[in-house]
Amino acid sequence: MSNLEALYQEVILDHNRKPRNFREMENADRRVEGRNPLCGDELTLWLRLDGNRVSDISFKGSGCAVSKSSASLMTSTVKGKTVDETMTLFDRFHDMITGKLPEADRASMGSLAALGGVSRFPIRVKCASLAWHALKSALEGEGNSVSTEHEGPPQTEGA
Amino acid sequence: MKAKPHVSTVRETLPRTARIEPKSRRSDFPILATRLDLHYLDSAATSQKPSAVLDAMRQYYENDNANPHRGAYELSARATQRYQDARERVADFLGVIDAPTLIFTRGTTEAINLVATAWGRSTLRKGDEILITGMEHHANFVPWQQLALVTGAKLRICELTSDGRIDLEQYRKLLRSKTKVAAFSHVSNALGTINPVRELVALVQEHSPHAITVCDGAQSAPHMRVQFGELGVDFFAFSGHKMLGPMGIGGLVGKRELLEQMAPYQMGGDMIDFVGDDRTTWNVLPHKFEAGTPNVADAVGLAAACDYLDGIGMDAIRSHELVLLEMIINRLSAVEGVRIYGPMDLAQRSGVVSFTVEGIHPHDLSTVLDQDGVCIRAGHHCAQPLMRRLDVPATARASVYLYNEPADVDALVRGVERAKVMFR
Repeated sequence: MSNLEALYQEVILDHNRKPRNFREMENADRRVEGRNPLCGDELTLWLRLDGNRVSDISFKGSGCAVSKSSASLMTSTVKGKTVDETMTLFDRFHDMITGKLPEADRASMGSLAALGGVSRFPIRVKCASLAWHALKSALEGEGNSVSTEHEGPPQTEGA
Repeated sequence: MKAKPHVSTVRETLPRTARIEPKSRRSDFPILATRLDLHYLDSAATSQKPSAVLDAMRQYYENDNANPHRGAYELSARATQRYQDARERVADFLGVIDAPTLIFTRGTTEAINLVATAWGRSTLRKGDEILITGMEHHANFVPWQQLALVTGAKLRICELTSDGRIDLEQYRKLLRSKTKVAAFSHVSNALGTINPVRELVALVQEHSPHAITVCDGAQSAPHMRVQFGELGVDFFAFSGHKMLGPMGIGGLVGKRELLEQMAPYQMGGDMIDFVGDDRTTWNVLPHKFEAGTPNVADAVGLAAACDYLDGIGMDAIRSHELVLLEMIINRLSAVEGVRIYGPMDLAQRSGVVSFTVEGIHPHDLSTVLDQDGVCIRAGHHCAQPLMRRLDVPATARASVYLYNEPADVDALVRGVERAKVMFR
């Protein structure tokens, strides 16, 4: 598989075209805005908690195929999971896209494994992690906005 | 469906005598000579460097390096001479007769900050106005916005026409007697629009006689003949790294009477005349604004870049870029779903093409193109206020320079087609 095919797998392209849970949410318990100033990706994440469990999650925003499909896959995956399970998944997902998760362990990531190709594109790590950072911030109840500007290799805005 | 825009032809735009076939200069640029797969279309961000520039810098370090203006020994005197020669060479390139009125800075950003800080903070009062435009790079936007916040002045932003030019009708209306600064880019980094600087200056002088004019020349100095005296602006800022020079050098050209009035904004060595225990007097121009050890090697590199550019001729460079610009616009417009921003009249556009492809985010497009060695910029181009006005989160931007060839355009268009198939 070429790098490009690894990045833009059919699952990614499908979630980009038809993002799941792509809607606003009324009566959300948490609402967080995430920004990736480098490429202009913006998303808003809504979260409803039932005790210690993510009972509903949705997002809206504009962004590249990687950030949009990542948000879509994330919302599909964590719905129904406990906060602890979600936090563990955040760490594993982050390890996967930064190339720290052994390839053999990717199968355990389920549909999220489709984003494994991001590890070959360090510049795109911040796109794939945007929704996850927003989710982590929502679960930790810290502030209401996050930025992935400092994720991945250092980059300036350029001119 | 959008109507197919009229694109003026290169023949309509160029002087009659201009050479029309692009000439290859790749071999002068080590990175392009060795990496044959590279299609570098991001020169509006930074240019590649010819051997002549790299050699000049190496030669300086190997033969003439010492701290200038300091040591009473021959080597230091030689370094001082190299620095002075570099200033005179760059001044000559930009048509600056009074070379000490060219202050070396790290680049355009520092040059504009110098004016906004050293002139602005001591001059502007509550109720004064600063006029900028909706197409400015953050470097010519944020310093004025912050200056307004600090001084209580009002920031006014002139809107653009639908094809990305300054709305001159509105510009005239926004110029008042209390306008103290009129800052505008010579060429838009995101759209390539060439602004009518002399017309803007005339309007400012007529309606706002107390205003200084500040021109961001980061995108013009590398690509067209710029003569400071002919532009009529009070300040002109530019970056060396976009005009074949090294990163870390650029400059501010200013009218002497204004520079003389201004207090220095960075203090330290070199910029002083006499330092007492409780007071200090300032050195003369340009040293007053160049605190600390100067960046001699980069100045030498920039001077070599001016030699290289003049060796080709700025008019020939502009002609070369127009040929490629026309190719890009014509071929991209023919691709279904491509939208091009900015003026379609080539005479009003430099070698910059901002565009979007329906259904493909510019960042994804850039990644696909990168696999074929095609380097373009994707994002907001440090011009978020402009992106809001265009109502797009980001665009893709291809920009050309004297080393680009039709093969680069072929690769760009091929890559866009490939991305369309992929994201179908």
